[in-house]
Amino acid sequence: MGDNECCFEPEDRYNAFLTTCKKVTHGSGKLGGIAVAVKDNISTQGIETTCASKILKGYIPPYDAHVVQLLKGSGAAIVGKTNMDEFGMGTTTENSAFGPTLNPCDTGRVPGGSSGGSAAAIAGGMVRMALGTDTGGSIRCPAAFCGIVGLKPTYGRVSRYGLIAYANSLEQIGPMGRTVDDVSVLMQVIAGYDRRDSTSYDRPYAHTPCADIQGLRIGIPQEYFGSGVNPEVAAVVNKAVGRLEELGATTIPCSIPSMEYALAAYYVICTCEASSNLARFDGVRYGPAADAKKSWHEAYQEVRRANFGTEVRRRIMLGTFALSSGYYGKYYAKAQVARENVKKDFARVFADVDVIAGPTMPTVAFRLGEKSDPLSMYLTDILTVPVNLAGIPAISVPCGTAEGMPVGLQIMGRPWEDERVIDVAYAYEQGCI
Amino acid sequence: MAEGQVIVGLEVHCQLDTKSKLFCGCSTDYRADGPNTHVCPVCLGLPGTMPVLNKRAIEYAMRVAKALNCTVLQESEFSRKNYFYPDLDKAYQITQYDKPLAEGGYLEIEGDEGGEKRIRITRVHVEEDPGRLVHMGNAERGRYSLVDYNRAGIPLIEIVSEPDMRSPREARKFLNKLRATLEYLSVFDSEKEGSLRVDANISILGSERVEVKNITSYKGVEKALTFEITRQKSQLRRGQKVERETRHFLEARGVTQSSRSKEQEHDYRYFPEPDLRPLHVQSWVEGIVLPELPDARRERFIAQYGCSLNHARTLTGDLRLANFYEQVVRPDPAGLATLADTWISDTLIGELNYRDMSIDAVDPATFTGLIGLIREGVITDTSGIEVLRVMLDQHLNNQPCEKPLAIVDRLNLRKVSVTIPLGLGYEIDAKSGVEPSLTSQSNPILTAITEALTANPGAVEDFRKGKKGAFNFLVGQVMKKTRGCADPAEVNRLLAEELKKEA
Repeated sequence: MGDNECCFEPEDRYNAFLTTCKKVTHGSGKLGGIAVAVKDNISTQGIETTCASKILKGYIPPYDAHVVQLLKGSGAAIVGKTNMDEFGMGTTTENSAFGPTLNPCDTGRVPGGSSGGSAAAIAGGMVRMALGTDTGGSIRCPAAFCGIVGLKPTYGRVSRYGLIAYANSLEQIGPMGRTVDDVSVLMQVIAGYDRRDSTSYDRPYAHTPCADIQGLRIGIPQEYFGSGVNPEVAAVVNKAVGRLEELGATTIPCSIPSMEYALAAYYVICTCEASSNLARFDGVRYGPAADAKKSWHEAYQEVRRANFGTEVRRRIMLGTFALSSGYYGKYYAKAQVARENVKKDFARVFADVDVIAGPTMPTVAFRLGEKSDPLSMYLTDILTVPVNLAGIPAISVPCGTAEGMPVGLQIMGRPWEDERVIDVAYAYEQGCI
Repeated sequence: MAEGQVIVGLEVHCQLDTKSKLFCGCSTDYRADGPNTHVCPVCLGLPGTMPVLNKRAIEYAMRVAKALNCTVLQESEFSRKNYFYPDLDKAYQITQYDKPLAEGGYLEIEGDEGGEKRIRITRVHVEEDPGRLVHMGNAERGRYSLVDYNRAGIPLIEIVSEPDMRSPREARKFLNKLRATLEYLSVFDSEKEGSLRVDANISILGSERVEVKNITSYKGVEKALTFEITRQKSQLRRGQKVERETRHFLEARGVTQSSRSKEQEHDYRYFPEPDLRPLHVQSWVEGIVLPELPDARRERFIAQYGCSLNHARTLTGDLRLANFYEQVVRPDPAGLATLADTWISDTLIGELNYRDMSIDAVDPATFTGLIGLIREGVITDTSGIEVLRVMLDQHLNNQPCEKPLAIVDRLNLRKVSVTIPLGLGYEIDAKSGVEPSLTSQSNPILTAITEALTANPGAVEDFRKGKKGAFNFLVGQVMKKTRGCADPAEVNRLLAEELKKEA
């Protein structure tokens, strides 16, 4: 093998990877030679991309996602594809068709999800950085549970071209890393306009983190510290906010009343979009083949029933129902109203504060198998989904431990102020060394 | 409206003639190539791909909207129409639903009751074409289907009319006028196979309406509607109700057939396409300069060339035909306008239709030459038709195409006359011209008259008794003997003289 070639054969004790690359090439540049893992719902030319679903088993994309092209252009070594909840539908990475990923901090616990493989690969020391995707907290939750840093960029800042869609209007690809610096460097590479994504904006990211937060106004929403949030987690986060105050910031209590409807709106929107996005998996063009001897609709049913997991089938059915004739106004249209209200609430709060801070997750990482009831699982997304509804940037940065497990501090910012949330996270990280 | 009144509304889908597809850069020129050769990850609907709207397609659609007097909406948006079918690779079609590009226009047609009639246009929107299934094998053995995605993503414009038409004929007129308008706008090529698809809504006043899908030709619309009206009326006559349903038109058999009810129960679960931003293009309308449209050109043809209203309608009702006419008369508008008008409208179109040929098959300059021969008296009208037929047949059979004059000489169709035409503007070999002579030995007309009179003494007798019909019969006999090459006026004159002599 040449200088720019290597073989990536880590000891994957956490089942963080679905595919590891036997032959990795890399170039020179901003990420020259740095091992980067890519979540398995991001298309990689020539490398199997399954979304952790049996229905895409064997699918090898003929093209690279925009972000993958950018990674390659920056010299990064793409070493493998990471495990996830099937199509991103989950908060634990237990919904993978290829077995759960374990949390490197405690292998009896989940790494969070849906980008659990990417978080575990970083926390387990297998790669320095990774790409995740965040539809309702899927970057921030595993970052918090595994004790790493993860950024959900402003909607439109990173091209989604090549990201296998789960909920188009909510999701973004984002950087994950051990440090805020790493996340910032990765963000420099992946952000910017791409004409192939009509929702992308010409907002490149060329920022270097700055730890000066003198005079920064931090909003502390009461809803992020209320019932349902583990008191130990709340205490750790409160202490972290206190540290930010010591570093020169001021805190202002605030409220986001629309959060009451945020979770319901989120689950209506994401399931509606998913029911449409996932309809193309029919065994005709890729993945396990439909039985051509049967009539097409029978063959479709068979392929889909056999190859989608339980949670995916549940969400497809929910979304199909919510979009059905006669129910559209009751669910989808109402969810859009709630979504607008969440946006307005954030805009109102951001008139008085520069960032909003709170816990990323209401608890620490669950034990494997602990959340068997889907509804209780959905409820744990309450602190992350408002950000996706509003399209604003948010970062999760480790801020201590509760029950011996990492806790994440979530910093949310105004649209296009990804730089500011990076700075606040950086200030906290540097202030704690 | 009167009882039993027929009510028709149309939904017309036309492929917009853009170079690339609606949401990707693939070429739309797929017809001559093999299956799945004009595809990319986007139009194959591969996971992770996203649509990028073709601006040109929107511009084309806006030209149509303006020409149809529609209002372009301040904001329009694309939606997903969700349904499963193997030719639909994403399992949804990107189309426009509750916020179409434009609404509320009209198109004027020649109504059944004479005069111009306004057909209101409900909406105009843009959408993508699905792929195509090719069914192989047969029912007994190995029946299977192949999928071709070349067509997937071709831009379509859908034009929905109000139920303002009152007969199959009006529907046909609407469709023809719409086609002409789209072609004048240079956004549509009706010659391309599969470029037009029509769904028709039809009802008898007071009864349920039936949707007829799958009409793919201009003639098909009239056929399908005529069939449907007969079916619905006979159902009512038998005291049965017309059921509200969707029927498919079987073009080959000319009948409509009920679709299985399962297929009708589609719930398309429309919702806004999240991968495209809403369109704000109202401000473009002002900048659109429309070309001369069929109505304006019709009026100009009447004024400039003295065409009759009917002929002007016919000629301008098809862009190619109108262009052809103007090219034919260009060398001498004053001298050729009327002759060309009649020859194209009354003769050429019929001969083309009979052969299922397009006007593109005829070279305008050659046609100018042909009608020039008629104008200069080299050949008769009858011979002109014969020459035209030979020309068209040669083209149809891929034979080398002769010039009109060459055909005239080969078939010996020069007008038989006692005088030779002088001062011809067209190339004639003087040596092969007929020698001027007034003797029956060398004049074929006189020879023919003599023969006709000898062969039909009964008719001559009848003529003497004052039967006018006998004279016409004898003229016919003479024309037959001269194979139509004689000038009828000349025959009349000479025959009358001969009969006078014999008396």
